[in-house]
Amino acid sequence: MRVAVVIALLVIGSIAFHFLSPWWMTPIASNWGALDNALILTFWVCGAVFIALNLFLAYSIYRFRHREGSRATYEPENIGLERGLTFWTAVGIVLMLAPGLIAWNKYISVPDDAAILEARGQQWQWSFRFPGADGVLGASAVEHISADNPFGVNPGDPWGRDDIIVESSELHLPLNQPVKLLLTSTDVLHNFYVPQFRAKMDLVPGTTTYLWFTPTKKGTFEILCAEYCGVGHHAMRGYVVVESDADFNTWLSDFPTQSELAGPAAEIAAIE
Amino acid sequence: MTTYTTIAEDTRPLHHPKTWVGKYVWSQDHKVIAIQYSLTAVGVGLVALVLSGLMRLQLAFPGAIPFITPEAYYQFVTMHGMIMVIYLLTALLLGGFGNYMIPLMIGARDMVFPFVNMLSYWVYLLSVIVLLASFFVPGGPTGAGWTLYPPQAITDGTPGAGWGIITMLASLAIFIVAFTMGGLNYATTVLQARTKGMTLMRMPCTVWGIFVATILGLLAFPALFVAAIMMMLDNTIGTSFFMPSIISMGEPLSHSGGSPILFQHLFWFFGHPEVYIVALPAFGIVSDIISTHSRKNIFGYRMMVWAIIIIGVLSFIVWAHHMYVSGMNPYFGYFFATSTLIIAVPTAIKVYNWVLTLWQGDIHLRVPLLFAIGFIFTFIHGGLTGLFLGNVSVDVPLSDTYFVVGHFHMVMGVSPILVIFGAIYHWYPKITGRMWNNVLGQLHFWITFIGVYIIYLPMHYLGLLGVPRRYYEMGETDFVPASVQWANEIITIAALTVGAAQIIFFYNLISSYFRGEKADPNPWGATSLEWQTPDTPPTHGNWGPTLPTVHRWAYDYSVPGAAQDFIPQNVPQGEPGADGDKM
Repeated sequence: MRVAVVIALLVIGSIAFHFLSPWWMTPIASNWGALDNALILTFWVCGAVFIALNLFLAYSIYRFRHREGSRATYEPENIGLERGLTFWTAVGIVLMLAPGLIAWNKYISVPDDAAILEARGQQWQWSFRFPGADGVLGASAVEHISADNPFGVNPGDPWGRDDIIVESSELHLPLNQPVKLLLTSTDVLHNFYVPQFRAKMDLVPGTTTYLWFTPTKKGTFEILCAEYCGVGHHAMRGYVVVESDADFNTWLSDFPTQSELAGPAAEIAAIE
Repeated sequence: MTTYTTIAEDTRPLHHPKTWVGKYVWSQDHKVIAIQYSLTAVGVGLVALVLSGLMRLQLAFPGAIPFITPEAYYQFVTMHGMIMVIYLLTALLLGGFGNYMIPLMIGARDMVFPFVNMLSYWVYLLSVIVLLASFFVPGGPTGAGWTLYPPQAITDGTPGAGWGIITMLASLAIFIVAFTMGGLNYATTVLQARTKGMTLMRMPCTVWGIFVATILGLLAFPALFVAAIMMMLDNTIGTSFFMPSIISMGEPLSHSGGSPILFQHLFWFFGHPEVYIVALPAFGIVSDIISTHSRKNIFGYRMMVWAIIIIGVLSFIVWAHHMYVSGMNPYFGYFFATSTLIIAVPTAIKVYNWVLTLWQGDIHLRVPLLFAIGFIFTFIHGGLTGLFLGNVSVDVPLSDTYFVVGHFHMVMGVSPILVIFGAIYHWYPKITGRMWNNVLGQLHFWITFIGVYIIYLPMHYLGLLGVPRRYYEMGETDFVPASVQWANEIITIAALTVGAAQIIFFYNLISSYFRGEKADPNPWGATSLEWQTPDTPPTHGNWGPTLPTVHRWAYDYSVPGAAQDFIPQNVPQGEPGADGDKM
């Protein structure tokens, strides 16, 4: 009896908590409204089921609580009811799955006009590499990493010489320009996560992963590492500054290219 | 069929303990082994409970306790998770309840391999000792997170990357040896040693849940076993199964060509079935508790059994839903999201049938049923949030946030533990011959049930906000308002309260064991065989000179025309007052 009332109160309390709590998704600052929509749809479908099932549970406990002389009904099964419930559950599942899969299709299909850049993680900091004037990132490998070649760009790869090396945890991006981030790590797993962009993907040493998004709001957003990477995990932060094309170009022009970092000697050595 | 009959009719005792040590220490009696397993699991589980309290103190009052450094915090996170999932839940539900209940519920004298069963416990104890030893090795236990992802699990920068991870991997390998010995026993016993008349479709749901979970374990644990061995080789002799070329803390390592994602596949090929290794026994047990205390057959028994089997099969093709943002081939996302959401259908059916069992029942709100109802509530919550995380694109913003922490604690922490509490209260009178104190039982339920909801509900909202998990401290973060800190303080207070409330539980069990009222052999009026033993607690061999014969399914409650509102499984058809077999 008491437990029926408490179950009902927990349902009401959960609804109240939902509307009164100050915590909800941060205002979105990217093109990933489709992820938010799939989430919100899931939220309302599941919320409705949560309320309905628990209130029915509470009502059943209240109505069929033991009283002197009461006896349970004998009903081993009810095939029609079970089939109906299975069917409608399946319908609800499809209703949530379909928009989820459609959004995923967008999430993994990078548009052709996306600008490419590399985000590099290492314990416990971020750095970035832009492809430079040729628009192509040079090949890289951890074997080539040295003090004047922090990204390990292959010195023999001509595409890599004009790559712009941003040894800073602050990344600037032009507004409304789709970007494809190629994600690499030199040591352990990391994860590039900006809550306002919604997107998220692991950085895996030994391979290159990616995510893409279009920043849709000017401002400064914090980068967090979202894959446990050792004792400094919680302190592995960075910033994304979304700004106008002009401001972005000014910012980028302050950083050296790979050739400028390594000097001409490295290239000559590589050619020889 | 001949084997089946032979074992069922074999009344010779399998072994003759003569000394106290033979009876209670090197015991081959499944009931004693079950108690040994349970006490060890609960003991090591208390260590994990204390660790969670320490983690909560750090989150509520960052830096306030000097010895909780980042290293220590991550070690607590890791050991808490691993102990709770493997050494407490798996060991208690299968080694504890599986051992105690299978022979009694199917009408057997013991497990079919009693010596191997004994060995299983002692090897399990060894794995626990090795695990706990890692607290005392140089560098302390591993702080790699319970998922032990390489490369960080074995590189500098993670606490316990030397001795800590080696002891952890060794302990896991030993545990798996122990589980395999136990698991082969449980599965073989269910298949071969059922008493006359106990067809598979007359078995109580408890046995079904434990049986299918055992088969999942036998198929899934080998993946963890090989992963543990491979990582151990990477760490000790320099192989590169999981290790690409990397530069760790400025030092190039000699590994090259390995795949960190391969480990994740192996880990979750075990790890996802593991969720059901814990959940299925809980599903089975809770079905029987609900049915018994609401005096009604479990609604849709056949559907319930098939749902357990289907969930078990599907649990092997959903593992990569833990890896949507791991960098695996993104096309896998379509398949694993679909398979994961399909598994929601049989799971939802189970929930409907639990509630429909209560519907039109004659509900006795005793403590075991209160815990079962608490389970239904928390499992609905945890199951529904699983639909967020299973649906690939919805998972992207939520992955690695507190939403995940809230979800898995509700669905595979709180829910099975509520069932375990319910089960202990339910079977305590049979196991000890004594009754527990009702007032203390109620108190324990209410604090635990309300408390866990206060702990875990807000975590989901922190996750929606974007608060990441496995953070030693949040620090100054633009998008995180000050109110998040209040939430952490409230959660911690609730967590410490719930932790402390378990003292009531232990006090109740221990004091009732000595001073409790003598229990009726079948206090709840239950139909299944374990309540029909000639002695309470059941003695060695369980059944006296003759094994019981089963004449009906386990759910003849409130049969129309019957004198009592239950008919035990061993009552023949057509007895005075008994109705015809309904199944």
